[in-house]
Amino acid sequence: MRFSAWNILKQGLTGNAGWKPHWRSPEPKPAYDVIIIGGGGHGLSTAYYLAKEHGITNIAILEKGYIGGGNVGRNTTIVRANYQLPGNSEFYSHSLKLWEGMEQDLNFNAMMSQRGVIMLCHSDGQRDAFARRGNAIVNQGDDAELLDTDGVRKMLPYLDFEQTRFPIYGGLLHRRGGSARHDAVAWGYARGADMRGVDIIQNCEVTGIDIENGAVRGVQTTKGPIRARKIGMTVAGRTSQVAAMAGMRLPIESHVLQAFVTEGLKPIIDTVISYGMGHFYISQSDKGGLVFGGDLDFYASYAARGNLPMVEHVAEAAMTLMPVIGKARMLRSWGGIMDMTPDGSPIIDKTHVDGLYLNGGWCYGGFKAVPGSGNVFAHLMATDTYHDAATKFRLDRFKTGRGLMDEEGTGSQHNLH
Amino acid sequence: MKIDCPLCGTRDSREFSYRGDATYLNRPAADAGAEAWDDYLHNRDNPADRTDDLWHHGMGCGAWVVVTRSPASHEIFATRLAKGTGA
Repeated sequence: MRFSAWNILKQGLTGNAGWKPHWRSPEPKPAYDVIIIGGGGHGLSTAYYLAKEHGITNIAILEKGYIGGGNVGRNTTIVRANYQLPGNSEFYSHSLKLWEGMEQDLNFNAMMSQRGVIMLCHSDGQRDAFARRGNAIVNQGDDAELLDTDGVRKMLPYLDFEQTRFPIYGGLLHRRGGSARHDAVAWGYARGADMRGVDIIQNCEVTGIDIENGAVRGVQTTKGPIRARKIGMTVAGRTSQVAAMAGMRLPIESHVLQAFVTEGLKPIIDTVISYGMGHFYISQSDKGGLVFGGDLDFYASYAARGNLPMVEHVAEAAMTLMPVIGKARMLRSWGGIMDMTPDGSPIIDKTHVDGLYLNGGWCYGGFKAVPGSGNVFAHLMATDTYHDAATKFRLDRFKTGRGLMDEEGTGSQHNLH
Repeated sequence: MKIDCPLCGTRDSREFSYRGDATYLNRPAADAGAEAWDDYLHNRDNPADRTDDLWHHGMGCGAWVVVTRSPASHEIFATRLAKGTGA
């Protein structure tokens, strides 16, 4: 059923009794052309684009829990394309363009709001780095504006500009960035994929990957064996475990990243603010809650919850930047499990097994990448060639040292990003 | 989270900094080849149930401690000094 003003009016007048479930819950068939392991944002969008752009519709998405129950429902919903290194730059640019057309494409309201993302700088050196980053973004064809202190003050008068430790020197504004409702992104892609014939199979955990003569033949699951000649892994957070079923040992460590939300407040923050000198970034949801996050707890974790020292650290950073929110009460905190790669950039590649493809290592970048990742991964799986926007996310870059994408400039080793 | 330092006793985890998997203790020979060094520097088992990793007691005695713990529950099973294990 399509969403339209007419349909909403009609359903409203008839007691909303006519809405149907947006996707089926089929039992798995014995075989498919393609199996996607993981029904999160990346898996759902991969299946959607395989069906829409490559005509491959005999697809099963296997999800061990429920769709959208992993990291796509645990992030802070920020969308942006303000990366600077070749590789990341063209990929996130591609992804942002897909975000901009996604709701019309999916006929689904993802509450995509291009309210802008501003990164603050607090020293001359940081401002120079942002000028360079802004130029890289503009050269890529996206938007960036370097604001001075007064420019930031006009936008965000409630920040603490006078603090002596980290005074605000300016900011890099990316107007096309913003936020979207993360659950709706998963649901929209699920609905779109299902409408094109993709089977979304929930509560179906993959327990083994069948490989014969170096080629993939299918998977073992809690709902029995399912055959396929092409299998994509989109299970960021658990990539190491799933890839281990295919005998792979990956350059990934799993870490927990915490996020927080306050009680609903009247509108105050109409953009996304990222603090340049503390682990803190913040936006306000349409319900009014202040949604903010910080940095990793910085030890390997699968706990999906963090520890209190990082909560304290983030709260302290928040208070040095915007004491105006000091009285807001925090309702919830939670953690998402990040696939951390040594250079902080993702992996979208073939593997040593024919027909087995890897999409993971998303570090902090997974949510904003959802449309782009599915789009380029579908391209890779359908054609066995790299999409122009994703030629550099190679698995072997750590071994060879060629094409590392260390966006933060901190080095390419674990625990530095 | 609290960590038992073998020298100082039970201390707040904030006194420690995390280095990574204890595989760092098994440094390959300089001429071991690219595969061995790639494995050492980058590739990880990354288990969810039980792992050994290295913590530095920088705000305490300065010891390197191998912590055996569960990444899924954050429970700590055992700790020992890294010294004498090849580091």
